[in-house]
Amino acid sequence: MGRFDWLSEYLAQLEDEHVLVRRGSAQRLAPAHVLEIDAEDWGRAARQASLLEYRWCGLWGDEHEAHIRVYACLEHAGDYVVLQTAVDADTPVLPSHVPSYPIADRPERHAQDMLGLVFSDSPDERRWTRHQAWPESSYPLRADFHLPADQGGQPAPADGGYPFQHIKGEGVYEIPVGPVHAGIIEPGHFRFHAVGEEILSLEQRLGYVHKGIEKAAQGRDAAALVRLAGRVSGDSTVAHAWAACQSLERAVGCRVDRRAQQLRGLLCERERVANHLGDIGAICNDVGFAFALYQCSRLRENWLRRNQELFGHRLLMDLLLPGGVAVDLDTRARESLKQDHQRLMEETNELFDILLDQPSLEDRLLNTGVLRPATARALGCTGYVGKASGQAFDLRASNPYPPYDRQPMKTVCLADGDVMARVQLRMEEIRRSLEWMDELLDALEPGELQCRWQPPQAPCEGLGFVESWRGEIITYVRLDAGGKVARFFPRDPSWHTWPALERIVMGNIVPDFPVCNKSVNGSYSGQDL
Amino acid sequence: MYRILRKTLKTGVLTEKAPTSSDAALEALGIEVKRLVDKRFNGSLAIREVDAGSCNACELEIHALNNPYYDVERFGIHFVASPRHADILLVTGPVSRHMETALLRTWEATPAPKWVIACGDCACDGGLFGRDNYATRGGVEAVLPVDLYIPGCPPAPVELMMGLLNLFNAAD
Repeated sequence: MGRFDWLSEYLAQLEDEHVLVRRGSAQRLAPAHVLEIDAEDWGRAARQASLLEYRWCGLWGDEHEAHIRVYACLEHAGDYVVLQTAVDADTPVLPSHVPSYPIADRPERHAQDMLGLVFSDSPDERRWTRHQAWPESSYPLRADFHLPADQGGQPAPADGGYPFQHIKGEGVYEIPVGPVHAGIIEPGHFRFHAVGEEILSLEQRLGYVHKGIEKAAQGRDAAALVRLAGRVSGDSTVAHAWAACQSLERAVGCRVDRRAQQLRGLLCERERVANHLGDIGAICNDVGFAFALYQCSRLRENWLRRNQELFGHRLLMDLLLPGGVAVDLDTRARESLKQDHQRLMEETNELFDILLDQPSLEDRLLNTGVLRPATARALGCTGYVGKASGQAFDLRASNPYPPYDRQPMKTVCLADGDVMARVQLRMEEIRRSLEWMDELLDALEPGELQCRWQPPQAPCEGLGFVESWRGEIITYVRLDAGGKVARFFPRDPSWHTWPALERIVMGNIVPDFPVCNKSVNGSYSGQDL
Repeated sequence: MYRILRKTLKTGVLTEKAPTSSDAALEALGIEVKRLVDKRFNGSLAIREVDAGSCNACELEIHALNNPYYDVERFGIHFVASPRHADILLVTGPVSRHMETALLRTWEATPAPKWVIACGDCACDGGLFGRDNYATRGGVEAVLPVDLYIPGCPPAPVELMMGLLNLFNAAD
């Protein structure tokens, strides 16, 4: 089947439902296909997509003078369709996607808080990203936004009045947790309802690390945007910077040299290995198996030190630039990297073999925190959360971008969906990344590290799609006529895995929450923005 | 069990010697040594880490302090779950306004005498997120009195250790 073979079916369905596609473009936001529709058809277009089981993967708005453009991204068979509509900035009302796609709930509430969009038939109108730092009637991403003078000086009050859902019944009790958690982790609030040890429900309240990234990006140049994108979620700095680079390069039509793309791939896989190592150890430690934590954190530290030696930064920050990369590898470094890979392969083979042979670990991780494949599918989970629950989608194979286009990545998919499956999947991904990086080092082509970055002469826009260690990242960028950023929206995979965690913990015991949470490891910063 | 022991023995002790803190480094870290005299910590320094809007990179490096290479517990430095047990608040992030009250409450819950360390560029001056931002305070000092700044994006474990060790040595 070729690319977009399925699109004609969707278009036919839309026509049957009298949804008028005003304009379609395969170029504007390539590789995605844009369909412009009327605001009144917004809900029906989503409904048809949901009937055809397309994956809903993001929503963002963008103010254009008197209008707000609204975009929603859908995926099927590795191809992306972007629905676009426009609403009046004074009456920004449109139907909701939530009736067809419940996962659209938080993204729509984010758009409501940031831009003032009103989703007329949404079942959930509560604030999401906004707490009490700015008034309900003002929207940070509108051009006319300003903080009232008296609000600037006072501490923003806690959002104590947030309307959580309540469950009543004999023996039901609430456990509020956070925003400041017991460990060295990011802040967020979890509201549990439990009976005895068993969790009845979990409701998350995020937004605590909202630092205005979308607004802060505006007015920056391309290089500054990529640096900022590298801090959307610090553990995914390469992947987010790469997605921003992709969108910028597509916007201005900049061709990146093969060697630079290969080095980006190498850095991104190094980031994957580092995070997987750290998390496998931390998951085992959450059930009291400290041996794994110390062994994995030792391997991770070795890996990060090599990052520092070879690339000048332990976490690989600021190594991607618009049009290329800031670092190169000489022959000696390549050889030493291959030795690293071999050593880590031997070490992990030995270590993972020990871990998977421990009855005490098996007892705690098997059948704990199960995400059923149907739920993972409905929520549009990607990354290890989706792949451990039967969702094979992985951009590196489903819609391979350079360098994965010419050097395929053999991706992994498991079916069990429990904590153990998520651990095993990540163990296997480490092995495959190591093999892939070895192949890449052999295939490294000579070439330019960075093409000359020329700011555009006219307004332009682009979309980036990158598979981070955590899953699919989608980044939208619009530049103004001067080449400055007018809109930046990075969609971290955590938007889809946080809601999955709410499902995962149901029926588990309260003491297993940390291990369930760690096995999902959503980014707070990446979704709070 | 045999395999775990064998692997542990084969791995051996990795913990490295503590970095020595030179006078220049002390100065660069801007530590207010004089405030930390008289063996106040009595051999045990308890730290409560607070993420006030970080991108999580600082947290990754703070975590690394507990890996077998750095192992800061051997200096009597440990991370505690409650601010009520803490001598020091190690604050990361530009202080998002949504975390402002939580940070203040954490500080109030920490018994005096207490010290605040601004960890990372964002905590020092807002970093890449800037000072002119509706959603942040542009640094910890806008909210709390800061005793020590540890710049870096993120500061590496050795840089964190230099800062912490300086506090520790100064108090000894």
